[in-house]
Amino acid sequence: MARRFSVQRQTGFATIAIICFFALYLPIVVLVFYAFNSADSLSSFQGLSLRWFARAFENRQVIDASIRSLQIAAVAATAATIAATMAAIATTRTEPYRGLTLKYAFINQPLMVPEIVTAVALLIFFARIKIWTGYNGLGYLIAAHTAFCVPFAYLPIRARLENMDSTLEKAAADLYATPWKAFRYVTLPLLWPGILAGFMLAFVISLDDVVITEFVKSAGQDTLPTYMLGQIRRTITPEMNAISALFLLLSICVVIVFFVVNRKRV
Amino acid sequence: MAESNAVEIRDVVKVFGFGEFAFSAVDHASIAIRKNEFFTLLGPSGCGKTTLLRLIAGFEYPTSGEIILNGEDIGTMPPFKRPINTVFQSYALFPHMTVAENIGFGLTMLGRPKQEVRDRVAAMLKLVRMEKLADRRTSQISGGQQQRVALARALAPKPKVLLLDEPLSALDYKLRKDMQIELKRLQAETGITFIFVTHDQEEALTMSDRIAVMSAGKILQVDSPRAIYDAPADRFVADFIGETNFLRGRIGSVSDGIAQVDTPMAGRVSATLPRDFVAEGDVTVVLRPEHAALCAADEPSGCQTTGTLENIVYFGTDTHYHVRLGDGETQFMLREQNKPLQRQRLSVGDRVGIRFEPNAARVLRN
Repeated sequence: MARRFSVQRQTGFATIAIICFFALYLPIVVLVFYAFNSADSLSSFQGLSLRWFARAFENRQVIDASIRSLQIAAVAATAATIAATMAAIATTRTEPYRGLTLKYAFINQPLMVPEIVTAVALLIFFARIKIWTGYNGLGYLIAAHTAFCVPFAYLPIRARLENMDSTLEKAAADLYATPWKAFRYVTLPLLWPGILAGFMLAFVISLDDVVITEFVKSAGQDTLPTYMLGQIRRTITPEMNAISALFLLLSICVVIVFFVVNRKRV
Repeated sequence: MAESNAVEIRDVVKVFGFGEFAFSAVDHASIAIRKNEFFTLLGPSGCGKTTLLRLIAGFEYPTSGEIILNGEDIGTMPPFKRPINTVFQSYALFPHMTVAENIGFGLTMLGRPKQEVRDRVAAMLKLVRMEKLADRRTSQISGGQQQRVALARALAPKPKVLLLDEPLSALDYKLRKDMQIELKRLQAETGITFIFVTHDQEEALTMSDRIAVMSAGKILQVDSPRAIYDAPADRFVADFIGETNFLRGRIGSVSDGIAQVDTPMAGRVSATLPRDFVAEGDVTVVLRPEHAALCAADEPSGCQTTGTLENIVYFGTDTHYHVRLGDGETQFMLREQNKPLQRQRLSVGDRVGIRFEPNAARVLRN
């Protein structure tokens, strides 16, 4: 009998895979490795040390920027997830109609419009509002992050809804559940992993954003990525590596939490 | 009168689509389904039977016409307000709940006290013989058990009417037979009106008090299984229910409700005329395969007609014989019960005679 075709057995497959993995992960491994460098600069490695981690934790600006990043990400991801959940239900629990595709495009607009365009537009738009209202707080950053996080939250939630048997909602209605109760007791519990995935994705995207944040932020509103960008322009010390490594650790934790929570449900 | 009807469907039309794409899934259907009845909607796929069921459940609203329950038109009432429950084809059990939580869902949504819900769930578990599996997840039980849970869940709130949408189609043959008996038992024990949708005519015949045969959105005949089988109202019903031989002919003479029909392939056949049938011109005579028998071809006095044996199909309980009649076009089928240790004495190509059982043939409109 002929062996079944498998991509894995094609000539060169392993080589390409290894090259790709090296290209992806080698720079990160080097970055994390140099975070433990005891030297003053990145040009030489002089031995293992945690001094740059300690420096990062003592740096008031790093702490403030981190807290600000987390605040913005938490609020923006929550708001974006709620909006995305509503949008996903509205676009999947309906008979297809003319204009539905246009609505998908509208919801996913931030994925398609170049970020720099949105950033400039928001800069000009918010500048006006800042003059009118005199308000200069974090609200602008939160609003901007919420807007571009919506499609990232929307996609996994919609995928989950599309895979969910809509007969279950009909069965709930058949068994005397009002539309709200059917949502509360049947749709929401089954949709939860999708909502969680959407939230995590939105959270990480918000945490990571540079372009829009750089344009929208007022003075003294640096988030961790914009702070790091500012620092790198001056001197590069292993402190940046230490902060990046911690940032990486945080996102790995987020992913692990997501997997653990999701496994328990299925 | 109206009081003895559980659900009455009055001239219901359901149109899907618009303009040139519009089509009537249900086309001026009227049925009165009696209380405490096992009523079956039977028809091929796409005949509108499931749409009619969804209209009764409230998942679709009629384009026109009325659906009367308790003397009230419920046509536009949302499903959660109707005292009607459904057993879905896919069962639609809630995967995040246990068996007991599934069964209690309807009563909980109705806001019944916890103790009442618990008692009713226990009673329903007993009714479907699932007491031991109350705390299982629905993914941890077999298809047949899921079927029982779906039934118990739909029966728990004591609906006026239970709708069943091809609930047995996913089960294997043996389990399906068991569930057919189980369903009849549950219907008798609960006294709830069952409206059952199926495309399986055998299932419909064995289980129903009455059957409505549907085709292309129209209701063709509503009658008892025996009447549907023995006296089909038209050619479609005769063809869809069981197997039938159709013989074209012309009415020769009529007396006492029996017509003498001249057929080119089987000579003069005497056939029962349905009431209110205007007996003239071209008609079709129908005869079930079990109402004919083989006889010796060289003894033409006792036989209705003769032909060439084309096919012998062994079915275990009986054997089917396909005979090409004298006109060379008509294939006639007849069925004989098998006896123990009977030897097959005929072979393909043999000339055989066919005898019709008296009073078994019926006249249908062409």
